[in-house]
Amino acid sequence: MQREKFIERILLLLALSAIGSLALITVFIFLEGVPLILATGLNKFILSSHWAPTKGHFGILAMIISSVLVTLGAMVIGVPLGLACAIVLAEFSPKRLKLVLKPTLELLAGIPSVVYGFLGVIWLVPLIRVYLGGPGLSLLAASIILGIMILPTVISISIDALTAVPDLYRDGSLALGATQWQTVSRVVLPAASSGIITAVILGMGRAIGETMAVIMVAGNALQIPTSVLDPVRTLTSNIALELGYAAGRHREALFATGIVLFIIIMILNLSATLITRRR
Amino acid sequence: MPYPVPALNLSPGCRPASPAAAAPPPPVGPDRSSGRAPGRRGVRGWALAGMCVMLLAAVFLSGGCRPSSEASQRPLCVAGSTSVQPFAEKLAEVYMHQHPQERIDVQGGGSSAGIYAATHGAADLGASSRELLDQEKQLVEIPIAFDGIAVIVHPSNPLTNISLADIRKIFSGAVKDWRGLGLPPHAIDLITREEGSGTREAFEHLVMNKQEITPAALVQDSNGSVREIVAGDPHALGYISAGLVDDRVKTLAIDGVPPTREDIKAHKYKLVRRFLFVAKAPPGGSCKAFVDFVLGPDGQKVLETEGLVGVN
Repeated sequence: MQREKFIERILLLLALSAIGSLALITVFIFLEGVPLILATGLNKFILSSHWAPTKGHFGILAMIISSVLVTLGAMVIGVPLGLACAIVLAEFSPKRLKLVLKPTLELLAGIPSVVYGFLGVIWLVPLIRVYLGGPGLSLLAASIILGIMILPTVISISIDALTAVPDLYRDGSLALGATQWQTVSRVVLPAASSGIITAVILGMGRAIGETMAVIMVAGNALQIPTSVLDPVRTLTSNIALELGYAAGRHREALFATGIVLFIIIMILNLSATLITRRR
Repeated sequence: MPYPVPALNLSPGCRPASPAAAAPPPPVGPDRSSGRAPGRRGVRGWALAGMCVMLLAAVFLSGGCRPSSEASQRPLCVAGSTSVQPFAEKLAEVYMHQHPQERIDVQGGGSSAGIYAATHGAADLGASSRELLDQEKQLVEIPIAFDGIAVIVHPSNPLTNISLADIRKIFSGAVKDWRGLGLPPHAIDLITREEGSGTREAFEHLVMNKQEITPAALVQDSNGSVREIVAGDPHALGYISAGLVDDRVKTLAIDGVPPTREDIKAHKYKLVRRFLFVAKAPPGGSCKAFVDFVLGPDGQKVLETEGLVGVN
């Protein structure tokens, strides 16, 4: 019995260490970043887009806007695709197709992001440059790559939401003479809507946090984009690009960028949790 | 311009690591492995394996520059510019091969961090790819090599020569189109390095004359990726270390002078920076031996083979 207790305690300790590391990370980035925000002024930090950290300008507005735009772009591409895929898998597909499709999609989640980025640079970026203009490294390229990268998240959570809808609903609808598509679009989807919204929000979290692939295809320019073909720099890219050389104030500014990112992702995840709870 | 003293981010090396860093995590409970029942072995085994991994990690993380059992003395520590780092690593490798009893640790961190480390004795030698500022002049500076910064375009670009003033106009955002240089109209895909990079710092110092580089420029975080983009984009313009130019990109002559070895050495080519070692005091002992090696024929040959231009 004593040994049982001992193991239980070890497991508890390991479980707590996960939470502990989250707490440590939070404390650390706030300790490192807050002094700069205080020194620069929150308004100037968030509402200026003049970023020249070695010359004392710390404005991240352009990056906040770019992060939001890249994420929205990824949603525009990833959500319809992912949702369609989830509906097919949950409602229409024959068992055998499902047997092939589902593991394939899970494999998509296992591809490292640097591979997506590499494919983007080699294949997507030249296509955009030649056929649409601009330097190719652009908001559009980043959105497309991220749209594909969030598919597994969106699909798997949407499928869970759809399969959680009781068959009674489907049977009732079909019995009333609705076609299968009417059943799905008017009965099953509304019933699963909170789960699907969660899927979308978690997909957003994934998109806004992605770094490597975005650095490779987004071009990282510091301006506020005026077209989808303009290069952009997201909050995550900014940290990863410059951390290698940053010292002093510059380094603090990157942690402060991290704080902004942290808060955005916290809000996204909390809202996803709240929406799921309400169900 | 001077900015607040950089916080040096060296790995434990270079300064004597605190003993706490090396201490293994405290044991979680009394070891009662002798009396365990066979059935429990699995779970227990995993827990033990986990602890072993943590212990190993602790040992590795505490490694760094501290003298190991084989080395008789404290290793020499070179820290600083990431532009100099690959060359310093190569030099250290060759030097340690010739002198197996010596150990040299090379770290990055950036020029400012390297100068800071040398000033405060955290590193024996600081590596810098920029010139010392006035308030840093009390340091001993040892130029080890010259590096040209090449302005590069796609091989299909008909341009062969560009004036320094035109480069400044393009990078400040005043000229955005190739038409401004007498070529068929198309937007210039301008590529620069990220803020804090030594190459960018040198470029700004040599070309920009206190003007800022336009925020519309694409930003890449290494010489290699700038080169990669220019090699693939017929309308691109960028700058990289001259030692890293290859035949997939074309270098431009600046005010009529191409970045050849001779012209870089004679400072006829305008975009030349020095790679420096800096130290608090004139180096002595094993540090002097390494510096002598770097400035001697062997070291300079290494630098030349790696694409730089030697000082001697």
